[in-house]
Amino acid sequence: MNIQEFIDNFAAQFDDTDAEVFNADTKFKQLDEWSSLAALSIIAMVDDEYDVIIKGNDIIESDTIQDLFERIEKKR
Amino acid sequence: MNFNPFSLAGKTILVTGASSGIGRTTALACDRMGAAVVASGRDSERLEETFNLLETQPKCQVTADLTHNDDIDKLLSSLPPLDGAVLCAGNSTTLPLQFGTREKFDGMFDINFFAPVELLRLMYKKKVLKKGASVVLIASIGGTHSFMPGNGVYGASKAALNAVMKYAAREYASRKVRVNSICPGMVDTPLIHRGTITEEQLAEDAKRYPLGRYGQPEDIANGAIYLLSDASSWLTGHDLVIDGGFSI
Repeated sequence: MNIQEFIDNFAAQFDDTDAEVFNADTKFKQLDEWSSLAALSIIAMVDDEYDVIIKGNDIIESDTIQDLFERIEKKR
Repeated sequence: MNFNPFSLAGKTILVTGASSGIGRTTALACDRMGAAVVASGRDSERLEETFNLLETQPKCQVTADLTHNDDIDKLLSSLPPLDGAVLCAGNSTTLPLQFGTREKFDGMFDINFFAPVELLRLMYKKKVLKKGASVVLIASIGGTHSFMPGNGVYGASKAALNAVMKYAAREYASRKVRVNSICPGMVDTPLIHRGTITEEQLAEDAKRYPLGRYGQPEDIANGAIYLLSDASSWLTGHDLVIDGGFSI
């Protein structure tokens, strides 16, 4: 897994937040555009792109994109 | 006072999905209302637990994965003539539509649509359903009344099932076989606790229900009892919404 690719895939789930906003340290739940549907999209994207099933709690317990990335790596 | 139009005494009723959730509770409720229950489920161990709780004789259990036609045949061959059936076997998924691939739709339609529709078709064609029998399908407000983000793949399968219910009600009326559905809102079963939606989100969502809570399996089972009983003998082709007022 490549962190930059993951950040790009992550950013692609957002419509109104500039792509430059997203980096490994982004606290994504603080974004204005963050929503329960965004969370569902991230879960579905991870399944789609990485064949990893994450749960809502993985999102809740991750502050930054890097945190989530590391959780997914452990499940691969 | 023995007046009870909801009694199922003397009736033989099939319940699919009886190994857990709404199916298990419905099987037990039918039993307590006096029906001889045929319980079917995919997980033989959990089905056995349901079976052991049934008191009315004769009772019967059939382990079957209804997404496999061989298992549908096995179930059909072990069925006595039926006065009723509640087809509860199903699954759910929470997935934004842009991730709803053909594969995801197929998986959901296999268990939520094709399995009950094939079973219903064959029970009618082979005359397993007696004249005057009542069939209850478990649809969802997600297919008919409420279109919340993430429920599209699931909801489409339930909408399709609900449409077949109405056509079957029309066609099967010639044998006085009634076909209705129940459209539940969110019901507290293992299906909703798989973690895609967190427990905190579920608790928050439950507050949006006018009656202040998610449904319990008993809320749905009691609706099924009504639809199976002679109390509803002039009712067919109806989708009974049981949702704590959510879709108002």
